[in-house]
Amino acid sequence: MTIDTPVSDQVFHGKELKKIEDEEICMQCKDFSLFYGAKQALFDITMNIPSSRVTAFIGPSGCGKSTLLRCMNRMNDLVDGVTLKGEMLLRGEDVYGRSVNVTDLRRRVGMVFQKPNPFPKSIFENVAYGLRLQGVSNKREIEDRVEWSLKRAALWDEVGGRLQENAFELSGGQQQRLVIARAIAIQPEVLLLDEPASALDPISTLKIEELIFELKSQYTVVIVTHNMQQAARVSDYTAFLYLGELIEFDATDKLFTNPKEKKTEDYITGRYG
Amino acid sequence: MNTEKLGFFKSGTPWVWLNAGAVSISMIMVVGLLILIAVRGLGHFWPKTIWEIDYLEGDNQIVLLGERSKTETVPAKQLVASGLHLGFEEEFVERTLLKIGNRDMNGVDFKLIVKPAEMEVRKPVDAIVFERTQWGNFYGFLQSLSENGDTLDIKSGALWDELQSRLKRVDDLRDEIHEIEKYEIGKINYKIEKLRLKQRRIELSGISDPDAVSDIKSQRKILDDEYEILKGELGKLYSAIARDQALMTIQDGREKQVKLADIIKATKPNAMGLGTKLGHYFVNLKNFVTDDPREANTEGGIFPAIFGTVMMVLLMSVIVTPFGVIAAIYLREYAKQGFVTRLVRISVNNLAGVPSIVYGVFGLGFFVYFLGGNIDQLFYPEALPSPTFGSGGLMWASLTLALLTVPVVIVATEEGLSRIPSSVREGSLALGATKAETLWRTVLPMASPAMMTGLILAVARAAGEVAPLMLVGAVKLAPSLPLDLNAPFLHLERKFMHLGFHIYDVGFQSPNVEAARPLVYATALILVVVIILLNLSAIYIRNHLREKYRTMEH
Ligand SMILES: Nc1ncnc2c1ncn2[C@@H]1O[C@H](COP(=O)(O)OP(=O)(O)O)[C@@H](O)[C@H]1O
Ligand SMILES: [Mg+2]
Repeated sequence: MTIDTPVSDQVFHGKELKKIEDEEICMQCKDFSLFYGAKQALFDITMNIPSSRVTAFIGPSGCGKSTLLRCMNRMNDLVDGVTLKGEMLLRGEDVYGRSVNVTDLRRRVGMVFQKPNPFPKSIFENVAYGLRLQGVSNKREIEDRVEWSLKRAALWDEVGGRLQENAFELSGGQQQRLVIARAIAIQPEVLLLDEPASALDPISTLKIEELIFELKSQYTVVIVTHNMQQAARVSDYTAFLYLGELIEFDATDKLFTNPKEKKTEDYITGRYG
Repeated sequence: MNTEKLGFFKSGTPWVWLNAGAVSISMIMVVGLLILIAVRGLGHFWPKTIWEIDYLEGDNQIVLLGERSKTETVPAKQLVASGLHLGFEEEFVERTLLKIGNRDMNGVDFKLIVKPAEMEVRKPVDAIVFERTQWGNFYGFLQSLSENGDTLDIKSGALWDELQSRLKRVDDLRDEIHEIEKYEIGKINYKIEKLRLKQRRIELSGISDPDAVSDIKSQRKILDDEYEILKGELGKLYSAIARDQALMTIQDGREKQVKLADIIKATKPNAMGLGTKLGHYFVNLKNFVTDDPREANTEGGIFPAIFGTVMMVLLMSVIVTPFGVIAAIYLREYAKQGFVTRLVRISVNNLAGVPSIVYGVFGLGFFVYFLGGNIDQLFYPEALPSPTFGSGGLMWASLTLALLTVPVVIVATEEGLSRIPSSVREGSLALGATKAETLWRTVLPMASPAMMTGLILAVARAAGEVAPLMLVGAVKLAPSLPLDLNAPFLHLERKFMHLGFHIYDVGFQSPNVEAARPLVYATALILVVVIILLNLSAIYIRNHLREKYRTMEH
C-alpha cells in the first residue's frame, strides 16, 4: 500500500445516498445546549444523526465538537459544573432520562479518543475488557469475540500471533486500532470517534480511515475531525460547528461542493485557522 | 577583578560545590556509621589471641590470662587523681582492658591494667578458651579428663583430640535434650494447657457435662503418661551428658573441674592458623544469627529477635497496606474535594510527625487494655486472670506500628492515584465500566507501584521503631516464637523479641555491659541488614509491578 494514492471518493461514496430527511434516525439532538459553569459551550443544537452512516463534525478547534460528542454517551457526567438544556435522544429515548443506566448507555454508544489509550494489559485482555465487564466468562466465547474484533479492526494479521504481549509494545497506529477493536468487541450501536487519527502518521491514518468505512455497514459512526480532507474522504454527512453553534449539516458532497452558508464556505476554503 | 568575582558567583559554581559538599558529607556519615558498626560488630566473632601477662603489683607477682579487649592512652595525672600509685614518672600511660573470664572463680570478667614499668607478655600455644553455657568464657590449660570421676589415662599429646571428640558427644546429647524439652514437652504442655482451659470453660458455663469432663480427664491422663516417659528419657540423657569432666588450671595455678556438659565450644586460638580462624569466624557468625540467646542475652545468638522483627514487620505490612490504600482511594476518588478533605489530608500528613512513643501509649491504652481486655472477657474468660490478648503481643505491636505508618501509605497511594492519566479512566468508563470497576480493574493495578513505594517507606520506619514496642509487646526474652508447629501455628497474642529492643536491652540493661558491647554492634548490624533486605524485596516487587504497568509517558 502506498500513501500517495488517496483513497478515491468512489470507493467511499459508491453507494447512492438518500436525502438526509429520508434516513433512518439513530441519534437526535433537540435544542441541545451545554454550559461549563457559566460559560455556554453549545448553543441550541438540533440535528439528526442517521443510522449506519458516517457523520463527521468539523469546525475550528474550541468550537465544541468534542463537547457535543461526549454528550452522546454522557462522558460529560465526569466534568463538574456542567449544565444541560434540551434533549439528546438515542432511538427516541432520552439519553439523560431518569431511567437510563449510564453504563448500559455507554455499552450501546462506544467511544474512541484522540490519543490511543490502551490499558496496561495484554493485547488480548484489552479487547476482552468490555466482555469481562459484561460478565462473559466462557473462555471460548471470549477468544472468538477477541479474534472477531481484531479482524474487524484490521489488526488480526499484525497481532494474531502475539496476543499475550503488552499493548504498549504496539505502534501508535496499532494501538488506536486496538482501541477501536476494544470498542467494537462489545458490539455497540453507535461508535463515537474523537479525532481518532490526529496523533498518527499518514499510513496509520489511512488504515483507520479504511476501517471507518468498513465499520459503517454495522454501526452508526460519528467522527470528529479538524481535517477537512479526512471528513470529505470518510463521511456521508458532515456537520459544521462554529463557536458552539451548528452552522450547517448536510450530505458531505453537498456541504463541500455547494455550501449554503457563508461561514461554511469560508471555513472549507481555509479562511479560518 | 570585581566583575570577574561576580561572574564566578553568578555562574552558579559555588552552589554546585555547596550541594556536592553536602551530598559528600551525608554519604561519608552514612558510610562511616555502617563501617563503624560493621567493624565493631563483626570483629567480635574473630577468634582472639589469648595473652598471658606477668607483672608485679606492689610485692605481688600477678599472672593474668585473657583476651585484650581495649587499649587506650590516658594522662597519668588522671590516674593519680583517682588514687592510683604509679611506680614511675610519665606523662601518659597505657591502660589495657583484659577480658579474663572465669567469672565463677575471679568474680569479674574484666580487669583494667595500667601498663607497669616491667611486664612480660606471652602467647601460650596451649591456652584454651571454653565458651560455656553459664558464667561466661573460661580461660585456662587442660590437665586431664575424667569419666564418672575416674581420671582417664591419656597421653598429654592426645588429650586435646580426646576432649574434642567427647565434646562432640556432649553436643549430640544436648541437641537431643533440646529437642525433647523444647518441642516434645512443649507440645505436651501446650495441649495440657488447652485441656485445662477447656475444663475451666465447662465449669464457667455452669452446665454440668460429666461426659466431657471425664473425656478431658482421660486425655489428660494420656498426656501425663507421655510426659512421664519423656521425663524418664530426659533423666537418662542428663546423667549421660554429665559423665565427663575436664580438669583445668587457671592463670594463678588454681585447679577447676569443668563439666563438659557446660562447654559449648573449646578452642585454642593461639594454635590456629589463618585458615582455621576464618573457619571458626564464619561458624561463630552463623551461630549468632541462628541460635537462641543465653545468659540474659549477653551470650549466644539473636535468632528469636530477628524472627520477631521480621514477623512483626510482615504483619504490619499486611495490615497497613489495605487500610492505607482504602483510605487513599476514598480521599482521592470518592470524597468531595473541599475544605473537609483538605483538613483530613493535612491531619494525615501531620500524623506522620507525631512522636512514636505517643503511638505506643495509645496502643497500650486502646489496643491492649481496651480491645484486648474486652476480647479476653468475651472469648477467653477461662484463661483469666492471666491475660491472653489483654497484654502486649505481636498483634497489638503490629497494629500500633500500622497506625504509625498508615499516613505514609496514604500519601504515597494518593500521589500514585493522581498520576494515573485520565485517558485510561475514560477508556474504561467508555466501555461501560462503573467507577468501582474502573478503579478495581485498571486504576489500582496501575497505582500499585506507588502503593509499594508507600509500603517501602512504612517498612523502613516500622522496622526501626523501638519505643512504642516496649509498651505493646516486645520483651527481653520470649519463651516461644510467635510461629510454631502447634495449631493455630500463628500465635498473635504472644510476646516477641525485637532486634531494636534487643540492642537496648543488651546495651543498657544487661548485667555485664562490657562483655555485651560487641553484641550491641553486631545486633545493630543485623538490624540494618534485615531492614535493607526487607526494603530490597519490596523494591524488587515494586520494580516488577512498574515494568508490568508502565504507562506511556508521552
Ligand atoms: N472541562 C471543561 N471545562 C470548561 N470548559 C471546557 C471544558 N472542556 C471544554 N471546554 C471549553 O468548551 C469549548 C469547546 O471545547 P471542545 O469541545 O473541546 O472543542 P473542540 O473539540 O471543538 O476543539 C472550548 O472553549 C473549551 O475551552
Ligand atoms: Mg476536541
